[in-house]
Amino acid sequence: MIKVLVPVKRVIDYNVKVRVKADQSGVDLANVKMSMNPFDEIGVEEAVRLREKGKASEVIAVSIGPAQVSETLRTALAMGADRGILVKTDATVEPLAVAKILKAICEAEKPGLVICGKQAIDDDSNQTGQMLAALLGWPQATFAHKLELAEEKAQVEREIDGGLQTVEISLPAVVTTDLRLNEPRYASLPNIMKAKKKPIDEKTPADFGVDVTPRLRVLKVSEPEKRKAGVKVKTVAELLDKLKNEAGVI
Amino acid sequence: MTSLVIAEHDNTTLKETTAKTVTAAIALGQPVHVLVAGQSCAGVAEAAAKLAGVEKVRVADDARYAKIVAETMETLILSLAEGYDALLAPATTNGKNVMPRIAAKLDVPQISEIIAVEGPDTFRRPIYAGNAIETLQAAPGKKVITVRTTTFKAAGEGGSAAIESVAAAPDPGLSKFVGEELSKSERPELTAARIVISGGRGMQSGENFHMLEKIADRLHAAVGASRAAVDAGFVPNDYQVGQTGKVVAPDLYIAVGISGAIQHLAGMKDSKVIAAINKDEEAPIFQIADYGLVADLFKAVPEMDEELAKLGY
Repeated sequence: MIKVLVPVKRVIDYNVKVRVKADQSGVDLANVKMSMNPFDEIGVEEAVRLREKGKASEVIAVSIGPAQVSETLRTALAMGADRGILVKTDATVEPLAVAKILKAICEAEKPGLVICGKQAIDDDSNQTGQMLAALLGWPQATFAHKLELAEEKAQVEREIDGGLQTVEISLPAVVTTDLRLNEPRYASLPNIMKAKKKPIDEKTPADFGVDVTPRLRVLKVSEPEKRKAGVKVKTVAELLDKLKNEAGVI
Repeated sequence: MTSLVIAEHDNTTLKETTAKTVTAAIALGQPVHVLVAGQSCAGVAEAAAKLAGVEKVRVADDARYAKIVAETMETLILSLAEGYDALLAPATTNGKNVMPRIAAKLDVPQISEIIAVEGPDTFRRPIYAGNAIETLQAAPGKKVITVRTTTFKAAGEGGSAAIESVAAAPDPGLSKFVGEELSKSERPELTAARIVISGGRGMQSGENFHMLEKIADRLHAAVGASRAAVDAGFVPNDYQVGQTGKVVAPDLYIAVGISGAIQHLAGMKDSKVIAAINKDEEAPIFQIADYGLVADLFKAVPEMDEELAKLGY
Protein backbone atom coordinates (compact mmCIF):
# COMPACT_ATOMS: atom_id res chain seq x y z
CA MET A 1 0.00 0.00 0.00
CA ILE A 2 1.13 3.50 -0.76
CA LYS A 3 1.99 6.36 1.54
CA VAL A 4 0.28 9.66 0.82
CA LEU A 5 2.03 12.97 1.35
CA VAL A 6 -0.06 16.10 1.88
CA PRO A 7 1.60 19.51 1.89
CA VAL A 8 -0.38 22.04 3.96
CA LYS A 9 0.07 25.82 4.00
CA ARG A 10 -0.76 28.26 6.76
CA VAL A 11 -2.57 31.25 5.25
CA ILE A 12 -4.80 34.14 6.31
CA ASP A 13 -8.20 32.70 7.18
CA TYR A 14 -10.69 32.60 4.33
CA ASN A 15 -13.03 35.02 6.10
CA VAL A 16 -10.52 37.73 7.00
CA LYS A 17 -10.66 41.00 5.08
CA VAL A 18 -7.12 41.55 3.88
CA ARG A 19 -5.49 44.95 4.48
CA VAL A 20 -2.56 46.31 2.52
CA LYS A 21 0.14 47.90 4.72
CA ALA A 22 0.48 51.68 4.45
CA ASP A 23 4.12 51.40 3.32
CA GLN A 24 3.04 49.02 0.50
CA SER A 25 5.50 46.36 1.67
CA GLY A 26 2.85 43.66 1.87
CA VAL A 27 -0.41 42.83 3.60
CA ASP A 28 -0.92 43.20 7.32
CA LEU A 29 -0.52 39.82 9.00
CA ALA A 30 -0.30 41.11 12.58
CA ASN A 31 -3.03 39.73 14.86
CA VAL A 32 -4.86 38.19 11.92
CA LYS A 33 -6.51 34.80 12.21
CA MET A 34 -4.54 32.16 10.29
CA SER A 35 -5.85 28.79 9.10
CA MET A 36 -4.98 25.91 6.85
CA ASN A 37 -5.37 26.75 3.16
CA PRO A 38 -8.88 25.45 2.31
CA PHE A 39 -7.67 23.48 -0.74
CA ASP A 40 -5.07 21.75 1.45
CA GLU A 41 -7.80 20.74 3.90
CA ILE A 42 -9.49 18.99 0.99
CA GLY A 43 -6.15 17.28 0.29
CA VAL A 44 -5.84 16.06 3.88
CA GLU A 45 -9.42 14.81 3.82
CA GLU A 46 -8.89 12.89 0.58
CA ALA A 47 -5.69 11.31 1.89
CA VAL A 48 -7.30 10.27 5.19
CA ARG A 49 -10.25 8.76 3.31
CA LEU A 50 -7.83 6.71 1.18
CA ARG A 51 -6.26 5.33 4.34
CA GLU A 52 -9.67 4.65 5.88
CA LYS A 53 -10.67 2.74 2.74
CA GLY A 54 -7.52 0.65 3.03
CA LYS A 55 -5.94 2.15 -0.08
CA ALA A 56 -3.13 3.98 1.70
CA SER A 57 -0.95 2.88 4.56
CA GLU A 58 0.05 6.23 6.01
CA VAL A 59 -0.72 9.93 5.62
CA ILE A 60 2.18 12.33 6.13
CA ALA A 61 1.49 16.06 6.40
CA VAL A 62 4.23 18.56 5.54
CA SER A 63 4.28 22.27 6.22
CA ILE A 64 6.93 24.86 5.45
CA GLY A 65 7.19 28.18 7.27
CA PRO A 66 7.74 29.79 10.68
CA ALA A 67 7.34 27.92 13.99
CA GLN A 68 3.57 28.60 13.96
CA VAL A 69 3.03 26.28 11.00
CA SER A 70 3.17 23.51 13.59
CA GLU A 71 -0.42 24.56 14.44
CA THR A 72 -1.41 23.89 10.83
CA LEU A 73 0.27 20.51 11.03
CA ARG A 74 -1.61 19.75 14.26
CA THR A 75 -4.85 20.52 12.43
CA ALA A 76 -3.89 18.01 9.73
CA LEU A 77 -3.01 15.44 12.41
CA ALA A 78 -6.33 16.06 14.16
CA MET A 79 -8.12 15.44 10.86
CA GLY A 80 -6.40 12.08 10.70
CA ALA A 81 -2.89 12.45 9.25
CA ASP A 82 -0.48 10.05 10.97
CA ARG A 83 2.60 12.21 11.34
CA GLY A 84 4.00 15.58 10.37
CA ILE A 85 7.12 17.09 8.92
CA LEU A 86 7.79 20.73 9.79
CA VAL A 87 10.30 22.53 7.59
CA LYS A 88 11.10 25.63 9.56
CA THR A 89 12.03 28.90 7.92
CA ASP A 90 11.12 32.54 8.42
CA ALA A 91 11.84 33.38 4.79
CA THR A 92 9.17 33.89 2.15
CA VAL A 93 9.33 30.62 0.27
CA GLU A 94 8.30 30.81 -3.39
CA PRO A 95 6.44 27.89 -5.01
CA LEU A 96 9.56 26.66 -6.85
CA ALA A 97 11.52 26.40 -3.60
CA VAL A 98 8.54 24.70 -1.91
CA ALA A 99 8.49 22.19 -4.77
CA LYS A 100 12.23 21.55 -4.35
CA ILE A 101 11.84 20.88 -0.62
CA LEU A 102 8.88 18.59 -1.28
CA LYS A 103 10.86 16.77 -3.96
CA ALA A 104 13.61 16.01 -1.43
CA ILE A 105 10.99 14.79 1.06
CA CYS A 106 9.41 12.58 -1.62
CA GLU A 107 12.80 11.06 -2.39
CA ALA A 108 13.22 10.17 1.27
CA GLU A 109 9.64 9.08 2.05
CA LYS A 110 8.76 7.52 -1.33
CA PRO A 111 5.02 8.26 -1.27
CA GLY A 112 2.85 6.79 -4.02
CA LEU A 113 0.75 9.91 -4.15
CA VAL A 114 1.12 13.58 -3.21
CA ILE A 115 -2.11 15.52 -2.81
CA CYS A 116 -1.67 19.32 -2.92
CA GLY A 117 -4.24 22.09 -2.85
CA LYS A 118 -4.64 23.54 -6.34
CA GLN A 119 -3.75 27.00 -5.10
CA ALA A 120 -3.14 28.82 -1.85
CA ILE A 121 -5.62 31.58 -1.16
CA ASP A 122 -2.87 34.05 -0.22
CA ASP A 123 -0.64 34.31 -3.29
CA ASP A 124 -3.12 32.53 -5.62
CA SER A 125 -0.14 31.12 -7.57
CA ASN A 126 -1.47 27.67 -8.52
CA GLN A 127 2.03 26.28 -9.19
CA THR A 128 3.45 24.03 -6.47
CA GLY A 129 1.85 20.68 -7.37
CA GLN A 130 2.68 20.99 -11.05
CA MET A 131 6.25 22.07 -10.28
CA LEU A 132 6.73 19.16 -7.88
CA ALA A 133 5.45 16.69 -10.48
CA ALA A 134 7.80 18.10 -13.12
CA LEU A 135 10.85 18.04 -10.82
CA LEU A 136 10.15 14.42 -9.91
CA GLY A 137 9.30 13.45 -13.51
CA TRP A 138 5.89 12.28 -12.29
CA PRO A 139 2.50 12.68 -13.93
CA GLN A 140 -0.06 15.03 -12.49
CA ALA A 141 -3.80 15.47 -12.31
CA THR A 142 -4.63 19.01 -11.34
CA PHE A 143 -7.99 20.45 -10.20
CA ALA A 144 -9.26 17.02 -9.17
CA HIS A 145 -13.00 16.54 -8.82
CA LYS A 146 -12.92 12.79 -8.30
CA LEU A 147 -10.03 10.46 -7.58
CA GLU A 148 -10.07 6.70 -8.04
CA LEU A 149 -7.01 4.78 -7.03
CA ALA A 150 -6.15 1.41 -8.58
CA GLU A 151 -2.99 -0.69 -8.60
CA GLU A 152 -0.14 1.52 -9.75
CA LYS A 153 -2.46 3.99 -11.44
CA ALA A 154 -5.22 6.44 -10.76
CA GLN A 155 -8.14 7.76 -12.73
CA VAL A 156 -8.92 11.39 -12.03
CA GLU A 157 -11.80 13.56 -13.11
CA ARG A 158 -10.55 17.12 -13.49
CA GLU A 159 -12.40 20.43 -13.47
CA ILE A 160 -11.53 22.20 -16.73
CA ASP A 161 -12.85 25.43 -18.22
CA GLY A 162 -15.66 23.89 -20.26
CA GLY A 163 -16.62 21.02 -17.96
CA LEU A 164 -14.86 17.86 -16.79
CA GLN A 165 -11.94 15.87 -18.17
CA THR A 166 -10.82 12.40 -17.15
CA VAL A 167 -7.16 11.39 -17.22
CA GLU A 168 -5.39 8.24 -16.22
CA ILE A 169 -2.04 8.67 -14.53
CA SER A 170 0.55 6.14 -13.46
CA LEU A 171 1.73 6.19 -9.85
CA PRO A 172 3.62 7.77 -8.20
CA ALA A 173 1.84 11.00 -9.10
CA VAL A 174 0.81 14.42 -7.89
CA VAL A 175 -2.87 15.32 -7.62
CA THR A 176 -4.11 18.83 -6.85
CA THR A 177 -7.53 19.36 -5.32
CA ASP A 178 -10.48 21.37 -6.50
CA LEU A 179 -13.40 22.36 -4.31
CA ARG A 180 -15.74 19.53 -5.13
CA LEU A 181 -13.36 16.65 -4.44
CA ASN A 182 -14.79 16.23 -0.95
CA GLU A 183 -16.05 18.11 2.07
CA PRO A 184 -13.36 18.15 4.75
CA ARG A 185 -14.33 16.93 8.20
CA TYR A 186 -14.10 18.95 11.37
CA ALA A 187 -11.60 17.54 13.81
CA SER A 188 -13.34 16.19 16.91
CA LEU A 189 -12.08 17.14 20.35
CA PRO A 190 -10.77 13.62 21.11
CA ASN A 191 -8.91 13.67 17.80
CA ILE A 192 -7.48 17.10 18.57
CA MET A 193 -6.20 15.70 21.89
CA LYS A 194 -4.81 12.60 20.14
CA ALA A 195 -3.10 14.78 17.52
CA LYS A 196 -0.98 16.35 20.25
CA LYS A 197 0.78 13.04 20.72
CA LYS A 198 1.43 12.36 17.05
CA PRO A 199 5.05 12.89 15.99
CA ILE A 200 6.25 15.97 14.11
CA ASP A 201 9.73 15.79 12.64
CA GLU A 202 11.47 19.15 12.51
CA LYS A 203 13.71 20.10 9.59
CA THR A 204 15.06 23.18 7.82
CA PRO A 205 15.37 23.92 4.08
CA ALA A 206 19.15 23.51 4.48
CA ASP A 207 18.63 19.87 5.54
CA PHE A 208 17.37 19.30 1.99
CA GLY A 209 20.04 21.47 0.38
CA VAL A 210 17.43 23.92 -0.90
CA ASP A 211 18.16 27.63 -1.20
CA VAL A 212 14.90 29.44 -0.45
CA THR A 213 16.09 32.94 -1.39
CA PRO A 214 13.22 34.55 -3.34
CA ARG A 215 13.87 34.86 -7.07
CA LEU A 216 11.17 37.45 -7.67
CA ARG A 217 11.43 40.91 -6.18
CA VAL A 218 8.22 42.34 -4.77
CA LEU A 219 8.48 46.05 -5.58
CA LYS A 220 5.21 46.91 -3.88
CA VAL A 221 1.84 45.64 -2.79
CA SER A 222 -0.97 48.07 -3.37
CA GLU A 223 -4.72 48.39 -2.94
CA PRO A 224 -6.75 47.43 -5.98
CA GLU A 225 -8.65 50.23 -7.67
CA LYS A 226 -11.91 50.64 -5.85
CA ARG A 227 -15.23 50.64 -7.62
CA LYS A 228 -17.61 53.27 -6.43
CA ALA A 229 -21.12 52.33 -5.53
CA GLY A 230 -23.50 53.61 -8.16
CA VAL A 231 -27.15 54.43 -7.87
CA LYS A 232 -30.14 52.53 -6.62
CA VAL A 233 -32.98 52.19 -9.07
CA LYS A 234 -36.58 51.67 -8.03
CA THR A 235 -37.99 49.45 -10.73
CA VAL A 236 -36.97 46.86 -13.30
CA ALA A 237 -38.06 49.27 -16.07
CA GLU A 238 -35.78 51.97 -14.68
CA LEU A 239 -32.89 49.48 -14.46
CA LEU A 240 -33.31 48.48 -18.11
CA ASP A 241 -33.63 52.11 -19.15
CA LYS A 242 -30.32 52.94 -17.43
CA LEU A 243 -28.58 49.91 -18.92
CA LYS A 244 -29.83 50.78 -22.39
CA ASN A 245 -29.72 54.55 -22.50
CA GLU A 246 -27.19 55.62 -19.86
CA ALA A 247 -24.62 52.80 -19.89
CA GLY A 248 -25.34 51.60 -23.43
CA VAL A 249 -24.58 47.98 -22.57
CA ILE A 250 -27.76 46.26 -23.76
CA MET B 1 15.28 37.49 -27.97
CA THR B 2 11.76 36.33 -28.59
CA SER B 3 8.57 35.46 -26.72
CA LEU B 4 6.56 32.31 -27.30
CA VAL B 5 2.80 32.25 -26.72
CA ILE B 6 1.18 28.84 -26.21
CA ALA B 7 -2.06 28.88 -28.20
CA GLU B 8 -5.36 27.74 -26.74
CA HIS B 9 -7.69 26.07 -29.23
CA ASP B 10 -9.88 23.02 -29.88
CA ASN B 11 -8.18 22.01 -33.17
CA THR B 12 -10.80 24.01 -35.06
CA THR B 13 -11.01 27.45 -33.50
CA LEU B 14 -8.31 29.63 -31.99
CA LYS B 15 -9.59 30.90 -28.64
CA GLU B 16 -9.70 34.62 -28.03
CA THR B 17 -7.59 34.07 -24.91
CA THR B 18 -4.66 33.49 -27.28
CA ALA B 19 -5.12 36.86 -28.99
CA LYS B 20 -5.20 38.50 -25.56
CA THR B 21 -2.06 36.69 -24.47
CA VAL B 22 -0.37 37.90 -27.66
CA THR B 23 -1.14 41.47 -26.55
CA ALA B 24 0.59 40.82 -23.23
CA ALA B 25 3.54 39.27 -25.09
CA ILE B 26 3.84 42.27 -27.41
CA ALA B 27 4.06 44.49 -24.32
CA LEU B 28 7.31 42.71 -23.41
CA GLY B 29 8.81 44.49 -26.41
CA GLN B 30 10.26 41.60 -28.34
CA PRO B 31 9.16 39.51 -31.35
CA VAL B 32 6.27 37.14 -30.69
CA HIS B 33 5.93 33.55 -31.90
CA VAL B 34 2.88 31.35 -31.30
CA LEU B 35 2.99 27.61 -30.70
CA VAL B 36 -0.03 25.62 -31.90
CA ALA B 37 0.04 22.02 -30.70
CA GLY B 38 -2.84 19.88 -31.90
CA GLN B 39 -4.05 17.46 -34.52
CA SER B 40 -5.34 18.60 -37.91
CA CYS B 41 -5.09 22.13 -36.62
CA ALA B 42 -3.97 23.96 -39.77
CA GLY B 43 -6.94 26.32 -39.56
CA VAL B 44 -5.95 27.30 -36.06
CA ALA B 45 -2.39 28.01 -37.20
CA GLU B 46 -3.71 30.20 -40.01
CA ALA B 47 -5.86 32.14 -37.58
CA ALA B 48 -2.84 32.65 -35.30
CA ALA B 49 -0.76 33.82 -38.28
CA LYS B 50 -3.31 36.57 -38.92
CA LEU B 51 -2.96 38.09 -35.44
CA ALA B 52 -1.30 41.47 -35.67
CA GLY B 53 2.15 41.46 -34.11
CA VAL B 54 2.84 37.73 -34.47
CA GLU B 55 6.05 37.04 -36.39
CA LYS B 56 5.96 33.27 -36.67
CA VAL B 57 3.57 30.43 -35.90
CA ARG B 58 5.08 27.07 -35.05
CA VAL B 59 2.81 24.08 -35.44
CA ALA B 60 3.18 20.66 -33.89
CA ASP B 61 0.49 18.67 -35.67
CA ASP B 62 0.43 15.13 -34.33
CA ALA B 63 -2.04 12.59 -32.97
CA ARG B 64 -0.45 12.83 -29.52
CA TYR B 65 -1.62 16.46 -29.29
CA ALA B 66 -5.23 15.78 -30.28
CA LYS B 67 -6.09 16.03 -26.60
CA ILE B 68 -3.42 17.71 -24.59
CA VAL B 69 -2.14 16.37 -21.29
CA ALA B 70 0.41 18.35 -19.30
CA GLU B 71 3.19 15.78 -19.60
CA THR B 72 3.27 15.68 -23.43
CA MET B 73 2.96 19.44 -23.62
CA GLU B 74 5.89 19.79 -21.24
CA THR B 75 8.32 17.89 -23.46
CA LEU B 76 7.16 19.78 -26.55
CA ILE B 77 7.54 23.24 -25.02
CA LEU B 78 10.88 22.34 -23.46
CA SER B 79 12.14 21.12 -26.85
CA LEU B 80 11.57 24.68 -28.15
CA ALA B 81 12.33 26.69 -25.01
CA GLU B 82 15.98 27.37 -25.77
CA GLY B 83 15.17 29.93 -28.44
CA TYR B 84 12.93 32.00 -26.21
CA ASP B 85 13.38 34.17 -23.18
CA ALA B 86 9.71 34.47 -22.33
CA LEU B 87 7.04 31.79 -22.50
CA LEU B 88 3.44 32.88 -22.02
CA ALA B 89 0.10 31.13 -21.84
CA PRO B 90 -3.38 32.32 -20.95
CA ALA B 91 -4.27 31.57 -17.31
CA THR B 92 -6.92 29.06 -18.33
CA THR B 93 -7.11 25.59 -16.80
CA ASN B 94 -4.78 24.44 -19.62
CA GLY B 95 -2.24 27.19 -19.09
CA LYS B 96 -2.33 26.73 -15.33
CA ASN B 97 -1.87 23.00 -15.78
CA VAL B 98 1.17 23.10 -18.03
CA MET B 99 3.20 26.25 -17.41
CA PRO B 100 4.46 25.54 -13.85
CA ARG B 101 5.99 22.31 -15.18
CA ILE B 102 7.92 24.35 -17.74
CA ALA B 103 9.07 26.86 -15.13
CA ALA B 104 10.23 24.10 -12.78
CA LYS B 105 12.20 22.35 -15.51
CA LEU B 106 13.81 25.63 -16.55
CA ASP B 107 14.52 26.34 -12.86
CA VAL B 108 12.80 29.73 -12.94
CA PRO B 109 9.84 31.02 -10.94
CA GLN B 110 6.51 31.35 -12.71
CA ILE B 111 4.72 34.66 -12.68
CA SER B 112 1.04 33.73 -12.46
CA GLU B 113 -1.94 35.63 -13.82
CA ILE B 114 -0.38 38.96 -14.71
CA ILE B 115 -2.84 41.81 -15.19
CA ALA B 116 -0.34 44.38 -16.49
CA VAL B 117 3.14 44.57 -17.99
CA GLU B 118 4.96 47.51 -16.39
CA GLY B 119 8.26 46.89 -18.14
CA PRO B 120 10.17 44.04 -19.77
CA ASP B 121 10.72 42.37 -16.39
CA THR B 122 8.08 44.01 -14.19
CA PHE B 123 4.53 42.82 -13.83
CA ARG B 124 1.41 43.38 -11.76
CA ARG B 125 -0.69 40.50 -10.50
CA PRO B 126 -3.56 40.12 -8.05
CA ILE B 127 -3.07 38.31 -4.75
CA TYR B 128 -5.53 37.49 -1.95
CA ALA B 129 -8.40 37.11 -4.39
CA GLY B 130 -7.66 40.50 -5.88
CA ASN B 131 -7.77 42.32 -2.55
CA ALA B 132 -4.17 43.38 -3.12
CA ILE B 133 -2.08 43.90 -6.23
CA GLU B 134 1.54 42.83 -6.23
CA THR B 135 4.15 44.49 -8.46
CA LEU B 136 6.92 41.98 -9.17
CA GLN B 137 10.30 42.19 -10.81
CA ALA B 138 11.73 39.03 -12.31
CA ALA B 139 15.41 38.17 -12.17
CA PRO B 140 17.34 38.06 -15.46
CA GLY B 141 16.80 34.86 -17.38
CA LYS B 142 13.82 33.11 -18.88
CA LYS B 143 10.37 34.16 -17.80
CA VAL B 144 7.40 31.86 -17.58
CA ILE B 145 4.16 33.80 -17.38
CA THR B 146 0.44 33.11 -17.32
CA VAL B 147 -1.84 35.94 -18.35
CA ARG B 148 -5.19 36.91 -16.88
CA THR B 149 -6.79 37.57 -20.22
CA THR B 150 -9.67 39.71 -18.98
CA THR B 151 -7.34 42.68 -18.57
CA PHE B 152 -5.72 42.57 -22.01
CA LYS B 153 -7.39 43.52 -25.29
CA ALA B 154 -7.31 40.89 -28.01
CA ALA B 155 -4.66 41.48 -30.68
CA GLY B 156 -6.40 42.47 -33.90
CA GLU B 157 -6.11 40.87 -37.31
CA GLY B 158 -3.90 42.04 -40.14
CA GLY B 159 -0.80 39.98 -39.49
CA SER B 160 0.72 37.56 -41.95
CA ALA B 161 3.13 35.47 -39.95
CA ALA B 162 5.10 32.61 -41.41
CA ILE B 163 3.86 29.15 -40.45
CA GLU B 164 6.40 26.39 -39.87
CA SER B 165 6.02 22.90 -38.52
CA VAL B 166 7.97 21.60 -35.59
CA ALA B 167 8.60 17.99 -34.69
CA ALA B 168 6.50 16.31 -32.04
CA ALA B 169 8.41 15.65 -28.82
CA PRO B 170 8.59 12.29 -27.02
CA ASP B 171 5.52 11.27 -25.04
CA PRO B 172 6.77 10.39 -21.54
CA GLY B 173 3.91 7.88 -21.33
CA LEU B 174 2.97 8.87 -17.78
CA SER B 175 -0.61 9.84 -18.39
CA LYS B 176 -3.37 9.53 -20.89
CA PHE B 177 -6.51 11.36 -21.81
CA VAL B 178 -9.55 9.19 -21.11
CA GLY B 179 -12.49 11.42 -21.92
CA GLU B 180 -14.26 14.68 -21.31
CA GLU B 181 -17.70 15.95 -20.61
CA LEU B 182 -18.08 19.47 -21.87
CA SER B 183 -21.10 21.57 -21.00
CA LYS B 184 -23.09 22.04 -24.15
CA SER B 185 -24.57 25.43 -24.52
CA GLU B 186 -25.76 27.62 -27.34
CA ARG B 187 -24.85 30.61 -25.22
CA PRO B 188 -21.48 32.34 -25.38
CA GLU B 189 -18.66 31.13 -23.13
CA LEU B 190 -18.56 32.77 -19.73
CA THR B 191 -15.12 34.28 -20.16
CA ALA B 192 -15.83 35.56 -23.67
CA ALA B 193 -19.40 36.84 -23.26
CA ARG B 194 -20.17 40.54 -23.55
CA ILE B 195 -22.95 40.15 -20.97
CA VAL B 196 -23.01 37.76 -18.03
CA ILE B 197 -25.99 37.12 -15.76
CA SER B 198 -25.13 35.21 -12.59
CA GLY B 199 -27.21 33.73 -9.82
CA GLY B 200 -26.32 33.15 -6.20
CA ARG B 201 -27.67 31.32 -3.20
CA GLY B 202 -30.77 33.51 -3.44
CA MET B 203 -31.84 31.54 -6.52
CA GLN B 204 -32.85 28.72 -4.12
CA SER B 205 -32.70 25.93 -6.73
CA GLY B 206 -31.22 24.84 -10.02
CA GLU B 207 -34.69 24.97 -11.58
CA ASN B 208 -34.88 28.66 -10.87
CA PHE B 209 -31.78 29.26 -13.00
CA HIS B 210 -34.10 28.82 -16.01
CA MET B 211 -35.34 32.32 -15.25
CA LEU B 212 -31.81 33.62 -15.77
CA GLU B 213 -31.37 31.52 -18.90
CA LYS B 214 -34.42 33.20 -20.44
CA ILE B 215 -32.88 36.61 -19.84
CA ALA B 216 -29.52 35.35 -21.10
CA ASP B 217 -31.09 34.20 -24.35
CA ARG B 218 -32.67 37.59 -24.90
CA LEU B 219 -29.38 39.42 -24.30
CA HIS B 220 -27.00 36.84 -25.85
CA ALA B 221 -25.46 36.55 -22.43
CA ALA B 222 -23.64 33.76 -20.61
CA VAL B 223 -24.98 32.38 -17.33
CA GLY B 224 -22.70 32.28 -14.30
CA ALA B 225 -23.04 31.56 -10.61
CA SER B 226 -21.50 32.30 -7.26
CA ARG B 227 -19.63 29.60 -5.37
CA ALA B 228 -22.55 29.42 -2.94
CA ALA B 229 -24.89 28.46 -5.78
CA VAL B 230 -22.42 25.85 -7.04
CA ASP B 231 -21.82 24.43 -3.56
CA ALA B 232 -25.58 24.18 -3.07
CA GLY B 233 -25.69 22.02 -6.21
CA PHE B 234 -27.85 24.42 -8.24
CA VAL B 235 -25.46 24.46 -11.24
CA PRO B 236 -22.20 22.74 -12.27
CA ASN B 237 -18.85 24.12 -11.20
CA ASP B 238 -17.94 25.46 -14.62
CA TYR B 239 -20.54 28.19 -13.99
CA GLN B 240 -18.55 29.46 -11.04
CA VAL B 241 -17.29 33.06 -11.11
CA GLY B 242 -14.83 34.05 -8.41
CA GLN B 243 -11.45 33.47 -6.81
CA THR B 244 -11.72 29.72 -7.18
CA GLY B 245 -13.68 29.77 -10.42
CA LYS B 246 -13.53 31.90 -13.53
CA VAL B 247 -12.57 35.53 -13.79
CA VAL B 248 -14.81 37.52 -16.11
CA ALA B 249 -14.86 41.15 -17.21
CA PRO B 250 -17.84 41.60 -19.51
CA ASP B 251 -19.39 44.91 -20.56
CA LEU B 252 -22.34 44.11 -18.31
CA TYR B 253 -22.49 41.80 -15.29
CA ILE B 254 -25.91 41.22 -13.76
CA ALA B 255 -25.71 39.70 -10.27
CA VAL B 256 -28.97 38.15 -9.13
CA GLY B 257 -29.42 36.97 -5.56
CA ILE B 258 -25.68 37.27 -4.96
CA SER B 259 -24.66 38.91 -1.70
CA GLY B 260 -21.16 39.78 -2.93
CA ALA B 261 -18.59 37.86 -0.87
CA ILE B 262 -15.05 39.08 -1.57
CA GLN B 263 -14.27 35.76 -3.25
CA HIS B 264 -17.06 36.36 -5.76
CA LEU B 265 -16.14 40.00 -6.33
CA ALA B 266 -12.62 38.79 -7.19
CA GLY B 267 -14.05 37.14 -10.27
CA MET B 268 -16.18 39.96 -11.65
CA LYS B 269 -15.25 43.36 -10.26
CA ASP B 270 -13.43 44.38 -13.43
CA SER B 271 -16.70 44.24 -15.38
CA LYS B 272 -17.43 47.52 -17.12
CA VAL B 273 -20.93 47.88 -15.72
CA ILE B 274 -22.36 45.91 -12.80
CA ALA B 275 -26.07 45.64 -12.06
CA ALA B 276 -27.30 43.87 -8.94
CA ILE B 277 -30.69 42.59 -7.87
CA ASN B 278 -30.96 41.56 -4.24
CA LYS B 279 -33.68 41.81 -1.65
CA ASP B 280 -31.19 42.69 1.12
CA GLU B 281 -30.33 46.35 0.73
CA GLU B 282 -27.29 45.87 2.97
CA ALA B 283 -25.79 43.23 0.63
CA PRO B 284 -22.13 44.08 -0.12
CA ILE B 285 -22.77 43.67 -3.86
CA PHE B 286 -24.48 47.08 -3.78
CA GLN B 287 -21.21 48.72 -2.70
CA ILE B 288 -19.69 47.97 -6.10
CA ALA B 289 -22.75 47.86 -8.34
CA ASP B 290 -23.32 50.73 -10.77
CA TYR B 291 -27.04 50.03 -10.68
CA GLY B 292 -28.69 48.38 -7.71
CA LEU B 293 -32.26 47.19 -7.47
CA VAL B 294 -33.50 46.17 -4.03
CA ALA B 295 -36.19 43.66 -4.93
CA ASP B 296 -37.34 40.09 -4.63
CA LEU B 297 -35.64 38.37 -7.54
CA PHE B 298 -38.62 36.04 -8.03
CA LYS B 299 -40.66 39.11 -8.96
CA ALA B 300 -37.93 41.19 -10.59
CA VAL B 301 -36.47 38.59 -12.95
CA PRO B 302 -39.77 37.54 -14.60
CA GLU B 303 -40.63 41.23 -14.85
CA MET B 304 -37.29 41.88 -16.52
CA ASP B 305 -38.09 39.11 -18.99
CA GLU B 306 -41.40 40.77 -19.85
CA GLU B 307 -39.90 44.24 -20.12
CA LEU B 308 -37.12 42.98 -22.38
CA ALA B 309 -39.72 41.32 -24.60
CA LYS B 310 -41.59 44.62 -24.79
CA LEU B 311 -38.39 46.38 -25.77
CA GLY B 312 -37.92 43.89 -28.58
CA TYR B 313 -35.03 41.81 -27.19
